[in-house]
Amino acid sequence: MLEQCEGSHAVAKAVALSRPEVICAYPISPQTHIVEGLGEMVKAGDLKPCEFINVESEFAALSVAIGSSAAGARSYTATASQGLLFMAEAVYNASGLGLPIVMTVANRAIGAPINIWNDHTDSMSMRDAGWLQLFAETNQEALDLHIQAFKIAEELSLPVMVCMDGFILTHAYERVDMPSQEQVDKFLPPYEPRQVLDPNDPVTIGAMVGPEAFTEVRYLAHAKQMQALDLIPQIATEFKAQFGRDSGGLIKTYLTEDADTIVIALGSVLGTIKDTVDGLRALGHKVGVLGITSYRPFPINAIRDATVRAERIVVIEKCFAVGIGGIVSRDVRSAVRNRPQPVYTVVAGLGGRAITQDAVHKLLLQSFTDKLDLLTFLDLDWDIVNRVLEREKVKRRSGPVAEGVLRDIGTVAAGSV
Amino acid sequence: MFQVRIHGRGGQGVVTGAEMMSIAAFMGGRHAQAFPSFGSERTGAPVVAFCRMDDKEIRLREPIMQPDAIIIQDPTLLHQVDVFGGLKKDGYILINTTKSFAEMGLEDFVKDFQPDHLLTVPATELAMKHVGRPVPNVPLLGAFAALGGLISLDAVLHAIGEKFSGAVAKGNQAAAREAYEIVMQQEKRAEERSEETDHA
Repeated sequence: MLEQCEGSHAVAKAVALSRPEVICAYPISPQTHIVEGLGEMVKAGDLKPCEFINVESEFAALSVAIGSSAAGARSYTATASQGLLFMAEAVYNASGLGLPIVMTVANRAIGAPINIWNDHTDSMSMRDAGWLQLFAETNQEALDLHIQAFKIAEELSLPVMVCMDGFILTHAYERVDMPSQEQVDKFLPPYEPRQVLDPNDPVTIGAMVGPEAFTEVRYLAHAKQMQALDLIPQIATEFKAQFGRDSGGLIKTYLTEDADTIVIALGSVLGTIKDTVDGLRALGHKVGVLGITSYRPFPINAIRDATVRAERIVVIEKCFAVGIGGIVSRDVRSAVRNRPQPVYTVVAGLGGRAITQDAVHKLLLQSFTDKLDLLTFLDLDWDIVNRVLEREKVKRRSGPVAEGVLRDIGTVAAGSV
Repeated sequence: MFQVRIHGRGGQGVVTGAEMMSIAAFMGGRHAQAFPSFGSERTGAPVVAFCRMDDKEIRLREPIMQPDAIIIQDPTLLHQVDVFGGLKKDGYILINTTKSFAEMGLEDFVKDFQPDHLLTVPATELAMKHVGRPVPNVPLLGAFAALGGLISLDAVLHAIGEKFSGAVAKGNQAAAREAYEIVMQQEKRAEERSEETDHA
């Protein structure tokens, strides 16, 4: 049924429709509304059987999910930003143990400087932790991906992170088509674990593995992610058969078939980019968009095939590996290796800076004549940067960078030294 | 696409106002997208929220920089924040105040705007009267429903019912109705004035 609601509410309902048996989470912006919503449903008895466990930290939240998942319960948690970092050790354990936990990451920047706004630095920090990572473009897709995520996770016995842009999606009210319980039950069968802690049939989960077998166990984790490359599109097809919507899959393309320039991005910014591309198409530019839904596993072949005709690729990413540059674009380069196409890295939208149609339009115009640098920071204010660099040249005790920048731009709260 | 920007202060229901507007637009069969200008929420701090409405899916996610309408929940923001930034010349301005545009020192600024696009409504007073709290968002939404017919009063009343229940919902619905009537009267007078000018 169609309804107009907040993204967090849509996700909370989708998770509830997936019948989780244990939910444990620690609140952190911008994830809070999701777990608040689920907590209310459990308390009101609308979601049962399900235990909502309050914990004292994110580390405990995922540790509880590991325990409950190992005991055979469908388990869910959600976090963001510093919360994801705080649970980092458990993130690797959940995937290493092969436990099909589903976790929402309401994408937010990582401090310092502390920043509550959206970018992808948090989930990117865990890109190699062995979880599947699916990125939602809209609230509808966030809703749909959660239902798919439980099925994918349990099929593979691997945890899945559903990433949705913090605030931009979590706090946006828009139209979603909310499925019925009956529809979801038909799509998602009860959890049948591959491994379970059962007193009647005891096993050990979490053995120490030495050099004699560690490589093999790690390779098997990779092999499972490679299986996911087949499973994710298959689940998306099953989803479409049940719900009538295209959601999920590895990648999605928009006007790429005859495109000379293909823009690649993840998450909600794809909408703004598509609108920009429509404008550029009207001016006669052959440009298209490729959205990566599955970032882990990384769909190398799908991206390679979809970009075969393009003369250049522009990757717009809300994250940044300090000391080298792009993160997503490095993976894209590996997908198009041995081809002459340049792959431009554009770092944008860090810490909540708005990515505007106007800025993307100008950027792409520059790219059409290959006038872009290989690494570009969209809308970077060079005056601010240069003032700090100059100050550091002339003064040994130049002070803390963030506070210096805030003073330079006149933010009242920064005070003076 | 029609784009609305709402300015107010933390505690005045700015974000809820934008959300209810999107629900009302949805009730009218439109696509709508409401979102706040994500910040650290503090009571009294300037807050901005946005609402887009269209007949097709809304993909754009940038903040609204060139609104078709501005709603100002707190007139003390007029001289503190660039509330009118990017407003189109054929745009609408709706201000919560008991003063006229001239009394607020805006006569020069608005002289090129269409007179029936400039509205004031005593939303705080209406909220106090009907709800007992100085939360002007709902009366302003009722007033907005009277502008240009983008959302209907019925849809606004329904949206209020989705967000609130019991006496609070009833009070807010009464406040929205009264604000709607006030604006309809103003619109009628503006129309009569422009007819007089036409005849002159």
